[in-house]
Amino acid sequence: MNDCRYPVRYRVSSRLAETHDTVTLTLEPAEDPIAAFRPGQFTMLYSFGIGEIPISVSGLPGQPALTHTIRSVGAVSAALCAAQPGEVIGVRGPFGTSWDDADAAGGDLLLVAGGIGLAPVRPALLAALAQPGRYRRVIVLAGARSPAELVFAAEYGEWREHGAEVEITVDKADASWPGQVGVVTQLIGRAHLDPTRTTALICGPEVMMRITARALTAAGLPAASVWLSLERNMQCGIAECGHCQLGPLLLCRDGPVVNFQVAEPLLTVREL
Amino acid sequence: MSVTSSDLASHRFVAGLTQSQLDRLAAIASSIELTAGSRLFDEGGQASSLWLVRAGRIALDLDVPGRDRLIVETLGPGDELGLSWLLPPAQWQFGAVAQVGVSAFQLSSAAVTGLCEADHELGYELTRRLLGTAIGRLQAARIRILDLYAAPSRIAGGSS
Repeated sequence: MNDCRYPVRYRVSSRLAETHDTVTLTLEPAEDPIAAFRPGQFTMLYSFGIGEIPISVSGLPGQPALTHTIRSVGAVSAALCAAQPGEVIGVRGPFGTSWDDADAAGGDLLLVAGGIGLAPVRPALLAALAQPGRYRRVIVLAGARSPAELVFAAEYGEWREHGAEVEITVDKADASWPGQVGVVTQLIGRAHLDPTRTTALICGPEVMMRITARALTAAGLPAASVWLSLERNMQCGIAECGHCQLGPLLLCRDGPVVNFQVAEPLLTVREL
Repeated sequence: MSVTSSDLASHRFVAGLTQSQLDRLAAIASSIELTAGSRLFDEGGQASSLWLVRAGRIALDLDVPGRDRLIVETLGPGDELGLSWLLPPAQWQFGAVAQVGVSAFQLSSAAVTGLCEADHELGYELTRRLLGTAIGRLQAARIRILDLYAAPSRIAGGSS
């Protein structure tokens, strides 16, 4: 077992530009790999000489390769997004809780994602689609800023072919966009959810997750059936440094996946 | 095509209304089918109908000089289309076009207003429901104004 305090070298085996600022990297281990991840967990990706940031794993579990989808928003993420096949980056982890805690087998699995929040829920979706019959329904409701900023857009058709109900909406579009326009919460009322059988996994900007979780509970889902992927300033990944504290939680260990019952009172506490 | 109260009851807008209220609304409703690209109304036109969307998708849109026509919002099954008739000047503020084939119940605003004037209890119920629709759209518009997805995401990229 690798020591999670030290990065393991992985080599970039493929790089796919999802949007103008978002890239999906596939990484192959260049030495003993990190432990297998579970959907919802994250790793610390290290661009050598620049820095390290937390990134959720976005690929199918159980594969030797690791897939991460990264948005370029700062120095480290820009360096990772610029990494080309053959380059080596460091990986620590996997860390944190997983969507597995929200096992919805036999019922309806609802994934609600905003923007790049689709990346952390994608492993749960791919795992669900790889097990036909495990869920009664698999529903994906995803929002983005514009059609050009949709991530994994090339896969929606394949997800539908494998049985998922996929509804996409964008905040802004011109008349050439044939799809839906509006906030992702507006899709909830059209999804004909059975609140007694639905387990919801939500990932996106925190405000979007708050309003989505409230909309779902207003639609009758128990708070215990709603799970969020939260993030603060994850650094050590092993609950030692305290940078990712959210109330009583250290999110690198107690998150990122947190039940709404636990998260709700914490999300409205104004931070210093 | 005429509509029965049991047809109308399938739409969430009328959930919980009494049988008598449903009967009166069904009597003034008609069932319509639209093909993709059919335009229901244009900005500036006289607002005179309420539609309850059963299937398909309708885009509310707006012409912007020098730019392509912009889609303000789309509406789908279970949604209501057409609120501008509620208050003067009863003029559509946006256009509406079927993006795909659409099935809907159409109610004349004059007939709805007439029912509400004759039965204030029904009028209160319908006004409360339409206000709920307006509040939901106001809240959604406010969230979109925040442009949440443009901010540096800390979900999977961090601000680092």
